[in-house]
Amino acid sequence: MSEAPPRESHARSWRGLGGGFVAKLLLMMLVNAAGITAILSAYTAGAWVILAALLVGLLAADWIYFSKRAVPLKYLFPGLVFLAVFQMFTLLYTGYVAFTNYGTGHLGSMQQAVDAALIQDERPVADSPQYPLAVVRNGDELGFAIVDAGDTGRVRVGTTEQPLTEVEGATIGDNGTPDVVPGWTVVPRADLFTDTDLQQQVVALRVPISDDAEDGSLRTREGSTGAIYTSRLVWDADEQTITNTETGVVYAPDDRGSFVSPDGDRLAAGWYVNVGFDNFVRAFTDATYASPLLKVTLWTFAFAILTVLTSFGLGLLFALIYNDPRVRGRKVLRTLMILPYAFPAFMSALLWRGMLNSEFGVVNEWFFLGADIGWLSDPWLAKLAILWVNLWLSYPYWFLVTTGALQALPGDVMEAARVDGAGRWRQFRSITLPMLLVSTAPLAIASFAFNFNNFTIIYMLTGGGPAFSGSSTPMGSTDILISAIYQISGVSGGRADYGLASALSIVVFIVIGVISALAFRRTRKLEEM
Amino acid sequence: MTLLAACGGGGDTPESSSAGGSDGSGAELVIWSDAERAEAIKNAAADFEADTGATVTIVQKNFEDLRADFLSQVPTGEGPDITVGAHDWLGEFVESGVVDTLDLADRAADFEPVTLEAFTYDGQLYALPYAQESVALIQNTDLVGDTAPTTWDEMIQMATDAGFGDRPFILYTNGAEGDMYTSYAFQTSFGAPVFVQDTDGSYTSEVGMAGDAGVAYAQWIHDNGAAGTGYFTDTVDYDIGNELFATGQSPFIVQGPWTIPTFQDAGVNVAVNPIPSAGGETASPFVGVQGFYLSAQSKNALLANEFLANYVATDEAQQALYDADPRIPALTAVAEEVADDPIIAGFIASAQNGVPMPNIPEMGAVWDFWNAAQIALIKGEDPQATWTGAVGSIQTAIGG
Repeated sequence: MSEAPPRESHARSWRGLGGGFVAKLLLMMLVNAAGITAILSAYTAGAWVILAALLVGLLAADWIYFSKRAVPLKYLFPGLVFLAVFQMFTLLYTGYVAFTNYGTGHLGSMQQAVDAALIQDERPVADSPQYPLAVVRNGDELGFAIVDAGDTGRVRVGTTEQPLTEVEGATIGDNGTPDVVPGWTVVPRADLFTDTDLQQQVVALRVPISDDAEDGSLRTREGSTGAIYTSRLVWDADEQTITNTETGVVYAPDDRGSFVSPDGDRLAAGWYVNVGFDNFVRAFTDATYASPLLKVTLWTFAFAILTVLTSFGLGLLFALIYNDPRVRGRKVLRTLMILPYAFPAFMSALLWRGMLNSEFGVVNEWFFLGADIGWLSDPWLAKLAILWVNLWLSYPYWFLVTTGALQALPGDVMEAARVDGAGRWRQFRSITLPMLLVSTAPLAIASFAFNFNNFTIIYMLTGGGPAFSGSSTPMGSTDILISAIYQISGVSGGRADYGLASALSIVVFIVIGVISALAFRRTRKLEEM
Repeated sequence: MTLLAACGGGGDTPESSSAGGSDGSGAELVIWSDAERAEAIKNAAADFEADTGATVTIVQKNFEDLRADFLSQVPTGEGPDITVGAHDWLGEFVESGVVDTLDLADRAADFEPVTLEAFTYDGQLYALPYAQESVALIQNTDLVGDTAPTTWDEMIQMATDAGFGDRPFILYTNGAEGDMYTSYAFQTSFGAPVFVQDTDGSYTSEVGMAGDAGVAYAQWIHDNGAAGTGYFTDTVDYDIGNELFATGQSPFIVQGPWTIPTFQDAGVNVAVNPIPSAGGETASPFVGVQGFYLSAQSKNALLANEFLANYVATDEAQQALYDADPRIPALTAVAEEVADDPIIAGFIASAQNGVPMPNIPEMGAVWDFWNAAQIALIKGEDPQATWTGAVGSIQTAIGG
């Protein structure tokens, strides 16, 4: 109580020019300027969720940095923003997609599906002439002026409401399209091309050829020629249905994001809708996935555990050897040792793929007397190859980490052990390893989680192959869960199903989360030793 | 510059020139392309920019990324107006509603029919084709002369006579993953198409490779794999196959035009011919067609159509695209022009035997099972069981 109050931060106090306050003010001005720009562009784009998030974020920032309270938040806020943008957003979005049928055929909104259906249905009338055409306007009303086929030189004008009718006194320009049309203003092509709203109106404009709708209507694609098209599908915005005028069949939206007729006929384009737990149910109950997915899951665990164990073991072994003061040239050797670490993993995997080629690879040639060993085509050898290459890639990391940890071990404890007469093995087992594990176990868990999702090495080395023989899913013996997800969700090519992929990755996320939580609890026990 | 542009545009678009060359300057057309095509498109765009005053922005992407990015970004309104793409993306694009139709009107007659067929889905044309390509039989004339073998047996005989009995032919299998794209012509020569075609050439979703013809083909792979002659292995990936051929370790390979520079740089004299028949019928490789898709959500549809119809579907533009990235042009006149080169003529001849690669979305479900079956057969597994199993899996995947 008797202590003087803490000195006020110079970011808050104002002592003339040059104070920290000015710096803060400038920074906050920048932040606000950027924030308001972003809010305005979110407003123009109509992205209301983003707008709201930005608004809340910006107000929070201003409050935090100008308030006298919230001192810890001043330090935490930038980190929290990054966390929200890069982690929470991705997570939430994946969660959202997992409950939709977002994927091939269900990518856009319902309105886009309607557009697509109408586009796909509208066809040019066989042997329709190509009319030279000009876009004309009268106030807000847009129309087409065309020059009739043949040598007649007649100019006809029409709008959506008014079928084509002849106008007197129109003239035709050098390029063959009408350039003066009494009662109408010809829209210059330059205006057409620069005004995107106008372009869309013109592209959407259909001028009936005659009073009979069966005759079709005129449309233009580039603004200088027109042709006659017919369309059978009609969109009813009030009823939310599409009707085929020829057959009278009505396509109504179903709860899976498609337009379906009473007979079960489906229009090609759909939109994405919420499908609840459907994707999760499918992932677990589909019989074709069940057995291969079980094999894949077992191998994923084996792969992640074995990779961590082998690379940790080898790294530690080398660390122990090269930490011995009797080894000469340790620095050079250590540098050489971490070379694989400096190499991009996917490049290494590709190189190894070449080296492990059973006929042309150097591995068989140099070490197995040219024998024909199918490293990448035999299910078990391919697994071995994956483990081997991943060992080669990741032991340098453990070498680095354990070298550091070894050097940080307290010398007096080791000396005491030696004085007590403990042998080398005993020293290692009872002192070095447990103390090492305290600092490296969290890293081992992180490494396990990383390898659990180590898509790169699988994809680059074996592509998941060799394929399970006789299985009706495109999975293979070396596929781990994440690469299997890539295969069955069709994201790799073909009919993509992002909903299913997201659902499966959430399952994987939960598995890793649970394992990591359990493992971290165990390591805390280690620390208590 | 402005004056020049105005004069240049005077010929066919008086409205734009009379108002001055700069008035289209607000308009912007965004085109996605891969690196190879970008330069050629830029050239085609130069005239267009001068005539209309609009700017054409070419966004360069990896070719493999174009499809997925187009699919995901068009519905959000962030996509381009036009993208370069392959025709077998079409089914997915149509189902997802991201592409607009196109009308070539009278110009359609100038295109090679197969290129228009490839971009036609349910009777509608969806893209402007500019190039086609297919694999063909490439032979090393220094080793086996330049006579074109017409059957598989004849080819093996030629290679064996030249002393290449161990590896008379290089089958590209993408290593241990399998690659049925390259060897599809041998399959069709047994009369086992992947999907049955309608009379008008469009694909149905009926799998055509079930039954005796398919099994006969499977037997043939098996007989040339580890359990038979050993000509086929699961060890040839792209680089290894090209190297074997380039270093004269085998006289025959089936590959695409994109490998020719590699072989010529290595000093190999090559002849290119249609793929020989292994099963008695015509060997039809897949023909892939490249073209320009128009986004269904384009805000500049008029401008984009103008660009495609009047600036890309021209002989000069197609020639420029060919020069930038030599694939057989889709415009017949330009294709004939470049067919003076015997190598190109060989690829054209092969493509004329070909069928368009299916553009239906069901094709996406085929590759994994199909390629895996090829590898299993090469490794010596039972042809009947392997093939019927794979076909069954494909049918299940399509049905579900």
